[in-house]
Amino acid sequence: MIDTLRLTAEDAAGLLERGEASGDELADAYLDAIEARDPELHAYLHVVGEQGEGVPIAHKDVITTKGIPTTAGSKILLGYTPVFDSTVAARCKEAGLPILGKTNLDELAMGSSTENSAFGPTRNPWDPERVPGGSSGGSAAAVAGGLAPWALGTDTGGSVKQPASLCGVVGLRPTYGTVSRYGIVAFASSLDQVGPLTKTVRDNARLYEIIAGQDPCDSTTVELPEPVAIPEGEDLTGVRIGVPKEMNEAEGIDPGVSASVNAAIRLAEELGADVEETSLPRSVDYGLACYYLVAPAEASSNLARYDGVRYGHRAAVDGDLTALYARTRWEGFGAEPKRRILLGTYALSAGYYDAYYGQAQKVRTVIAREHAAAFERFDVLVSPTSPTVAFRIGEKAENPLAMYLSDLLTIPANMAGLPGLSIPCGLSDGLPVGLQLIGPQFSENALFRVGHALERALGFDFVPERLR
Amino acid sequence: MNGWEPVIGLEIHVQLKTRTKMFCRCENVWGEEPNTRTCPVCLAHPGTLPVPNKTAIEWTVKLGLALDCEIAERALFHRKNYFYPDLPKGYQISQYDVPLCSEGRFVVPGPDGDREIGIVRAHLEEDAAKTIHVGGAAGRIHGAEYSLVDFNRGGTPLVEIVAKPDVRSGEEARRFLQLLRQTVIELDISDAEMEKGSLRCDANVSVRKAGEEGYRTKTELKNMNSFKFVADGIAVEVERQIARYQAGEEVMQQTLHFDPQTGTIAPLRSKEEAHDYRYFPEPDLVAVAPPADMVERARAEIGELPAARIRRLEAEVDLDLAYGLVTSGRDALYARVPGDDRRAVANVLMNQLAAAGVDPAAVDGAELGRLVAARETIPRQTFLDALGASADPDFTADPYLAETTVSDAAALDPVIDGILAANPGQVEAYRGGKEGLLGFFVGQVMKETQGKADARVVNERLREKLNA
Repeated sequence: MIDTLRLTAEDAAGLLERGEASGDELADAYLDAIEARDPELHAYLHVVGEQGEGVPIAHKDVITTKGIPTTAGSKILLGYTPVFDSTVAARCKEAGLPILGKTNLDELAMGSSTENSAFGPTRNPWDPERVPGGSSGGSAAAVAGGLAPWALGTDTGGSVKQPASLCGVVGLRPTYGTVSRYGIVAFASSLDQVGPLTKTVRDNARLYEIIAGQDPCDSTTVELPEPVAIPEGEDLTGVRIGVPKEMNEAEGIDPGVSASVNAAIRLAEELGADVEETSLPRSVDYGLACYYLVAPAEASSNLARYDGVRYGHRAAVDGDLTALYARTRWEGFGAEPKRRILLGTYALSAGYYDAYYGQAQKVRTVIAREHAAAFERFDVLVSPTSPTVAFRIGEKAENPLAMYLSDLLTIPANMAGLPGLSIPCGLSDGLPVGLQLIGPQFSENALFRVGHALERALGFDFVPERLR
Repeated sequence: MNGWEPVIGLEIHVQLKTRTKMFCRCENVWGEEPNTRTCPVCLAHPGTLPVPNKTAIEWTVKLGLALDCEIAERALFHRKNYFYPDLPKGYQISQYDVPLCSEGRFVVPGPDGDREIGIVRAHLEEDAAKTIHVGGAAGRIHGAEYSLVDFNRGGTPLVEIVAKPDVRSGEEARRFLQLLRQTVIELDISDAEMEKGSLRCDANVSVRKAGEEGYRTKTELKNMNSFKFVADGIAVEVERQIARYQAGEEVMQQTLHFDPQTGTIAPLRSKEEAHDYRYFPEPDLVAVAPPADMVERARAEIGELPAARIRRLEAEVDLDLAYGLVTSGRDALYARVPGDDRRAVANVLMNQLAAAGVDPAAVDGAELGRLVAARETIPRQTFLDALGASADPDFTADPYLAETTVSDAAALDPVIDGILAANPGQVEAYRGGKEGLLGFFVGQVMKETQGKADARVVNERLREKLNA
């Protein structure tokens, strides 16, 4: 009997290698788990159940998969079946990972709770009354709920790190440019990155190794400066850890979250790390505002292709071209994409560009410099991933600003193009707390090393208490 | 113009004949079945990304150098956002504030010496697809029953050249365009055929009082698909504007369409509807830094420019013939043809040789020179036959030069007498006053002598005999 709640991807690979389970048996175990628990969790939009000889995987439904519907959680893409594979899907296929299914998300990756999905919310395996975070909430819930050994998500403002935190799993947002965006339904091109969601840091490094590297189809990708190292040690001697005070003392951080994070920081010190307080004042002050100019601006342009002419939803309209566009987009997009299209169109408009988009790009440079200065003194910066644990479904749905604040602490590093790893570091009121580790560009190996050492020392049990 | 000065700014689009499209690997080819040269990238499927065509960049640099432009060290692509069915992404990838080529000049020899036309910029962009509006009036979208889109052209590389408002007449615009066309043909980067749309020209036209500073309201003339229409359209618009000012009226800023059939101008659409294109740097692409070796290679491939050759030839023939020779690509052959009467050589090349449709590059200049020198002493048909054969690999003028014209009256008289005897009715009619019949008799004699009779002698003898 395969316990999918407990099994890591490495464990699964071991079963296959030792011949203790076939690929089909492994996939079937997950399909059984999906059948048992997904009616409650709704982590999947589309169960595929491919058979194969590798460790199966779930893809967030913005990841284009040839011959498998890809909706991005939006009605605008209902009926669309891609004719090509995204580069990450192709790399997983080459690595022999069969696809379990496509996971739920906030529509077009816009949101922090997966409540914005046009196909209904995903529920948190730790407490089905609560959100799994977002926008990669389906992938995070699938891994936490034992419905997939590992999964891919995408992270624009925190959409891998934040749901990982809320679901008690490990999530990596890689350095911008290390993982191809080819075939990822675009939200904000200068920020979007694909990242793995896994039960352990080692699983995460293994999946990152499969998907990372330059892609001729994505001009913004680069070759990794060093191969991915699967972390082993538990010692942090000599690692310099900075604790930005604005990110650890920000208004709105739950006391329970702070307590878990501080305990993890003390543990790092015990493992040999040099821990010191530091400061990123402007990154925290301006990061969120800056993000909500850049990301909607790019989104307003990226979403223009959904016009009803070539694929996806097309309104039944007898009128002229403008009516076709307007009706199709009105019917196809939900409230959040509409809100961001409006914001972004405004920010790019003649007369406003310099004050908004142009200014935001300058602030972005300031944020990058502030981080670069910090990394002259530190190898890793730490903070809570999310200011809160998983909140109740509906709690923030009517208040977009409160929802946006969920990403307050993940956004600054994203704006600077830096990698971030979220690992579970404890519970608060019975719900997981995430620790965010941020490093300089291409420091994924360092993040894996620190994350792995802390993971071992913390001994966090990633199986949700109610399912144990 | 009685004191009015036309001010004309030209915008030219040149479609590059690269093997593949600008941002994908689709074949760049004209005239194929609609929608057979498309892929997910140029159809803007979700998640697809552009990858720039290096050859298109190199060719744009080459054209920029021929236009004496500065080449940007780091040029940027921007998105130009607007909705239209021929634009599948909802934006066109173009260049905005940092084009590949800027600040150049293009010399146009004219009747009053060289005119230097400033070049604001030459930038690279992707072409839109082709729409065909069915039903309704004049192929316009308004009132059409439905529209068809052919994406074969969508995403093909296009260079836009913007000239400063330095052109002063329709004729000068025509010369500019002819020289530019010849330049891109010699650079071997475009077919530059106006009928096929691979060379397109729009003109911004205004007028002002001689000596007046600044510019008055301009109109934009679109879709002029031949050199003649460019010259004529501009001339008509200049006249219209002057007439309005003279009548005490204003000129409205608008886009106009020149109808070559009627020689009239009609508004296309009002500029009040001008789009806000919301330009912003294309986040899917990195800056284009043309490497020094690419620039030098491009520079080395540029030969002597057409304008310089026209200036040299003008001294031997005249401006029109010089333009004719150079812009038809016949000036190289002209240089290879010996002979003292240079105008005669040029005229034969531009008229009879052109009519014979032979490839100038294949013609032996020395042999052609012998033919041109003998053009008065050999029968006309023999001369034309020789020109028609002049591109054959083993062509020699000898057999043609051997056939001389029969100008001996003693030899022609019996033939003429025979013709007159055989056509008594026509002779009587001529003598009765129908002198136009002379041509009939000349034709009969030429036919009888297989074109070898000297037409001048035949005319003389016929008149003498008929009037006797």
